[in-house]
Amino acid sequence: MRLTVPAIAAAFVMTGWVGAHAAEVAPGDVQIEDMAVEASLTGTPGNPEEGAKTFANRSLGNCLACHAVEALAKEQFHGNVAPPLDGVADRWSQAELRAIVVDAKKVFSDESMMPGFYSLDVGKNVREDLVGKTILTAQQVEDVVAFLTTLKE
Amino acid sequence: MKRYSLMAGAAFCLAVTGMAIWTAAADPVDETLEIDGVPMTTRAPAPEGHPFDEVLSGWLFREAETRATQEDTFENPGMIAVEEGAEIWNTVEGSAGKSCASCHDDAAVSMKDVGAHYPKWDADSGKPLNVELRIDKCRVENMGAEAYKFDQPEQKALTAFIKHQSLGTPVELDLSEGDMQTWWDRGKETYYTRTGQLNMACATCHEGAMGHYIRADHLSQGQVNGFPTYRFNTGGLVSLHNRFRGCIRDTRAEFPAAFSDELMALEVYVTWRGTGLSVETPAVRQ
Ligand code: HEC
Ligand code: HEC
Ligand code: HEC
Repeated sequence: MRLTVPAIAAAFVMTGWVGAHAAEVAPGDVQIEDMAVEASLTGTPGNPEEGAKTFANRSLGNCLACHAVEALAKEQFHGNVAPPLDGVADRWSQAELRAIVVDAKKVFSDESMMPGFYSLDVGKNVREDLVGKTILTAQQVEDVVAFLTTLKE
Repeated sequence: MKRYSLMAGAAFCLAVTGMAIWTAAADPVDETLEIDGVPMTTRAPAPEGHPFDEVLSGWLFREAETRATQEDTFENPGMIAVEEGAEIWNTVEGSAGKSCASCHDDAAVSMKDVGAHYPKWDADSGKPLNVELRIDKCRVENMGAEAYKFDQPEQKALTAFIKHQSLGTPVELDLSEGDMQTWWDRGKETYYTRTGQLNMACATCHEGAMGHYIRADHLSQGQVNGFPTYRFNTGGLVSLHNRFRGCIRDTRAEFPAAFSDELMALEVYVTWRGTGLSVETPAVRQ
């Protein structure tokens, strides 16, 4: 049997042999197929509370810059550049949400305004200290996806 | 040139998800601006080849209080810098023992409407000059003084003073002079090029998402007709190249030097995008 990335990751988790980090899928290796990324990027289940924080944090997801969401009504200033995310888990599966967060341009269109949060397909003249880095870490993506999957109506 | 169409993206997601139609109403206000009783053109038909039908002043996108502050020059804190500019105009500096006024006399006459037509082609250097660089040219060549450092308070004040002599005058560039058209082309290229880790171009925000709120900010067309502008949050004038650099920095990119060829080309192009709008210097912003 050929071991798939999630299988390996799951094995690591089960045996507690190595930390999640070693099993992380590198940004260039994430497979977006049919607008979805089936496998977890880390093998460690996302934490929705952490995800909500990453979602709101201006230097991390800053998703509120563009999206409004009722679940975070206590946070000030929700943007309206993009559709509100209320009920987004009714519209998209977990694997699709993961693909959207990883690289929205590969899901919607190259013209999408939404940054690729786990992609190295970026703009020109990236700030020197950020070259080769993604906006979010693999685990932060998993956390944000876990938060998104709670957004049901 | 492809337009950044947010709506295309949204329509696509409607199609695939059947989600409810979301409207993002955040139109610019339907009001008119008079400064000390002088009417300003804040909406103008766009020049040919422009992505919009109408060009809109940034004033239309600001909060009521901010808008009101700009209507009355006594209320406008930016006018303090303009007055400082008037003093510098009359101050002798440099080895030639001259002030600006020694040669140009009364700025209300000699500089009237001048700022509305900058950047202008400069045959000597074979480049466009903006008002800041034109001031430097006179300081160096005609006064025996040093060029200002970028964003030195005197540079901002004198630039605002000269631009203010065009208050109300519609912006219009002469692209037929020298190689202005080539610089315009280059500026346009920059305007549509995505930069930084966030992978966004000027057009992503000021064209595709114009009129929407990005977090607390109501996105305008990114017009330059009010520069240097007074900003409450920094309590002083903000120069245009400072604003350009700030917007580029926000995409998490390295940003070019002020007055570099890249930003001068961008200034030529973005100024053209505001053709027909009144000069509002010093405009007031949060
Ligand atoms: C700069 C603006 C911007 C930011 C920041 C942004 N998005 Fe988006 N997002 C969009 C746009 C625009 C769309 C609509 C699709 C399109 O046009 O690309 C979208 C679509 C989505 C969708 C699909 C929505 C639906 O109802 O179908 C999800 C889910 C999503 N974004 C999640 C996120 C998350 C999570 C973050 C933060 C990690 C984020 N977005 C940050 C602009 C943004
Ligand atoms: C020794 C005389 C002299 C002094 C002093 C001088 N200038 Fe000039 N200035 C000129 C000449 C000559 C021109 C070119 C006129 C032309 O090209 O039509 C010029 C042009 C300009 C222009 C461009 C006008 C236009 O129509 O585009 C501006 C702006 C200007 N000067 C500002 C200043 C400022 C500000 C100062 C003081 C810091 C200053 N000048 C000092 C001689 C002077
Ligand atoms: C991430 C979104 C974003 C990008 C990309 C962006 N800007 Fe901005 N820009 C803003 C915001 C927010 C403001 C303040 C609100 C407004 O006027 O839109 C602003 C303001 C401006 C202003 C001042 C407008 C006024 O009336 O005071 C200018 C000029 C401007 N931008 C030019 C540019 C240029 C040129 C680029 C490309 C190099 C650019 N911007 C890229 C978000 C952006």
